[in-house]
Formats: sequence, C-alpha cells, structure tokens
Amino acid sequence: MKKLFSEFIKGVIGENPTFVLVLGLCPTLAVSVSVINGIGMGFAATFVLLGSNVIISMIKNFVPERIRIPCYIVVIATFVTITELFMKAYSPALNRALGIYVPLIVVNCIVLGRSEAYASKQTVRDSLFDGLGMGVGFTLALILISAIREFLGSGTIMGERLIKGFEPAFVMGMPSGALLVIGLLLAFFNLLKGRRA
Amino acid sequence: MKEKLIVSFSPHLHKKESTSRIMWIVALGLIPAGGAGVFIFGYSALRVILLGVISALLTEAAIQLLAKKKVTLLDGSALITGLLLAYNLPPEVPFWIPIVGSFFSIAIGKQAFGGLGQNIFNPALTGRVFLMASWPKYMTTFTSPLNYDAVTSATPLAFLKEGRALGHISYLDLFLGKRAGCIGEVCILALLLGAAILFIKGYISWHIPLTYIATVGLFTYIFGANGLFSGDWLFHILSGGLCLGAFFMATDYVTSPLTRKGQVIFGVGCGLLTAVIRLWGGYPEGVSYAILMMNAATPLIDRFTKSRVYGRA
Repeated sequence: MKKLFSEFIKGVIGENPTFVLVLGLCPTLAVSVSVINGIGMGFAATFVLLGSNVIISMIKNFVPERIRIPCYIVVIATFVTITELFMKAYSPALNRALGIYVPLIVVNCIVLGRSEAYASKQTVRDSLFDGLGMGVGFTLALILISAIREFLGSGTIMGERLIKGFEPAFVMGMPSGALLVIGLLLAFFNLLKGRRA
Repeated sequence: MKEKLIVSFSPHLHKKESTSRIMWIVALGLIPAGGAGVFIFGYSALRVILLGVISALLTEAAIQLLAKKKVTLLDGSALITGLLLAYNLPPEVPFWIPIVGSFFSIAIGKQAFGGLGQNIFNPALTGRVFLMASWPKYMTTFTSPLNYDAVTSATPLAFLKEGRALGHISYLDLFLGKRAGCIGEVCILALLLGAAILFIKGYISWHIPLTYIATVGLFTYIFGANGLFSGDWLFHILSGGLCLGAFFMATDYVTSPLTRKGQVIFGVGCGLLTAVIRLWGGYPEGVSYAILMMNAATPLIDRFTKSRVYGRA
C-alpha cells in the first residue's frame, strides 16, 4: 500500500510533470488563461494518462520492440478521442475554449513519456497509480498557473471578480504572461528544493 | 570577486573610472531632459519621475536584502533604470504605472538575471514594454504640451500613422519639445545637451547613436513617402523616442556590443527595425522594441566581431 501511495505522490511533488520534469508545456502555456480551462485540461489529460498507462502496461509483453511507439500512440489516441467526444457532448463550451489542445493531448509528452518510461516496464497496478499521480500533479500545476494568470490577466478567479478597482494586466493573458508565470514558479520551486537539500 | 572583474576587449588600459562614477554622470546627463519634460508637461511629470525612481530604488534594495546580497543602491544603476522608465511614460499615467513598471524593470529585467552586468535586456525598456502590453490604454494616452490641464492629444508619430495632417507642428517645435509624447523624449535640445556631457567624458562613443539615427533618417528618406527618396527624414529623427533611445538606452554598456564594429552593426540594426516598425508596423513608434530585439542579438554580434588574438591567424 505504501508503495502505491509513493507511486501516486511522486507525480504530484517529487516528479511533478510541469515543475520538475518540465514536460507538456505546450498545453500548459496555451490553456492556462482561466482556472476553468486549466481544470478541464487537467482532467482530460488525467483520464488519458490513466487509460493509456493501464492498457500499455497490459500489452507491454505482446508489442514488438521496434513498433512500440506507434502502438502507444494508437492506444493514447483512442482515449483522447473518447475524451474529446465526451467533452463535445457534455461540455461544448469547455471544448470550444480548449479547442485544438484537446486532440493535441495525443502528442502530449507527459502521456507518451509515462508510457515509454514507466508503463511499458511496470505492473498494471503501479502504472495505474503512476498515471493518476502524474495526472493530478499536472492538474494541480495547471490550476496554480491559471489561477495566477486569470487573477492578474483578467482580475477574476473562476469568473468571479475579487478586488474592485483592480486593473488587470493584459499581458498575463497572452503567451508571454504564461512564460513569465511558469518561469517564476519554476524558480520558486527550485528555491524551495535548494532550501530543503 | 566577479564584480571586480572588468569585461572588455584589449587593449586593457586602466584609469580612474568606476561603474558608479559612470552611472552618476549618466544620471547627470539625464537631468536636462527630465527638467524639460517637467517644464513642458507640468508637475504630473515630476510625480511620475519621482515615483519611478523611488520604486526602482526600493525594489533593488528589497531584492538584494532578500537574496542576502550586498545592497548596491549607491552605484546609481537602479536610479538610472527608474529615471529612464519614467522618461518613457506619458505624463498623465495613474500613479501605480511607474511603480509597477519600475518594480518589473528591476525585479524581472535586472535582478532575475543576476543583477547589474548580467541582464540580457535593457531593464527600463523591459519595464516599458511590460506596461505597454499590460495597460495599453494608459500608455498611449498623451497630453498636449505647455497646457497643464491634461488635454489629451496624439503624438506626432500617431498623427502620421493615422494619415492626419501634421501642419501645426514645425521642426522647431519638435526640436524644443512642444509636442505630445513621453516625459523624457520630447525635448531634443535637452537630450543633446545631456548626451554632450557623456560624449565629452568619453562614456559613450558615436558608433551606436550616430549609426542608429542615420539609419532611421536614411531609411525613412527612401521609403517614408509614397515615392522613393522623398520621405520626411528630419521629422522621423526629431519625433518619437529616437534620440532618447539612441543616446541613453541603446548605449547601455551591459546590453550593447563591446567592439566598435559590433556597435555599428547594433546601431544599424536598431535603426532598420525602428524605421520598419514606424513605417509598416502596427505601432506608431518602435524604438523600444527595436532596441530590445537588438539586445537579444548582442551576444551573437559580440561573438562574430571579437578581436583577433595577436599573432594568430
């Protein structure tokens, strides 16, 4: 049980995909304009990670070495398609807001990275918890970044205006604002890590 | 130890100069332009300058204290960043604009890179571009000169961009600063006066400012009007932030090339980018973007214009 928990928690803290592995920055930069987008993207990626990690861990012994990546991509694409159709049916507004970045989860390097580096070598149970941890870590990172950007860039959190008279800085809603926030957060987390070490 | 090393190309002559001495004289050279700005736009301009400088100094001290570094307020570099940022703002901006701008200049533009001498981009311009991208409404609202009632007016370059007539502004008005614009950029006479001090002391050479201004003049003369070779080059040289940028910001030691040849390339590059943005870009003025882009190219220019080691092929 303890091992499973550590598999889960490493994705959230020790090997956080955004702040430690620095993977999957493309969707992070693009969709972290508002918290709701961040949550939607995080959940979609978590679902895909869970599904693909489990299936790939199951089929790892049947897939020939030389064509493993295309096989992984097919598995991942299946889950992405499920996610996208589901999102289109039940949350069209979120689907419009996330746009092309939902189908692009197929090439998200967190998903493929976990398949290649973890699920293809570990047991199904461990892969499940690894996928869950990575997904939660990604979601939390997205929520943190998008909360900062939404507050500074449009003066709101989850669409609620917090401080009256606060004039939002447009740049935070632009890609340059995302790079600034991610860079400063990375520096901050590295500082914390340096303090602890 | 690192702060004691002087990075320069040979020959390494030594004289009684120090960073702080140079910085204080640059600050002195900036005073005429600020004085003229306050005279032209009234006390609101003075308020912007003071807020910008104080915020820059406080940010520098706070970050150095937090990072447990030596506090180097007396070297004057934070003061110059604050001054230059304020000079690049319209006189009637809300009080928090210079404060936030100076904070960003020092915190992100300078200290995040490791402090004086380590920054890639000119800190004051970094702050200005951040403000421009964040609150464009305040950054593009200018007031008319010698009026003191905050009557809004467009800058000459904005007039030009919109294709409106410029008949009421003469070259002499532009030279003396009787036009709408940022606080420190309007009075060319005062800027030249300040730049003369730096030239006489030998702190800046002609390589960057002259090539910069000449390139803008030549380019706008050739392509500035509908036909070729009929542009109003003098207008382009006297308007916008060109003189402020060319003499005081493009010549920043840290962010411009070290060699003479490199400085010429840098100046011409700034000039081309400024003229292209002014004539065909979306913004009326492009000095800050041009200088920042060439700042990014500076390490590359330095690498290709490095002086050859004597005796080697």
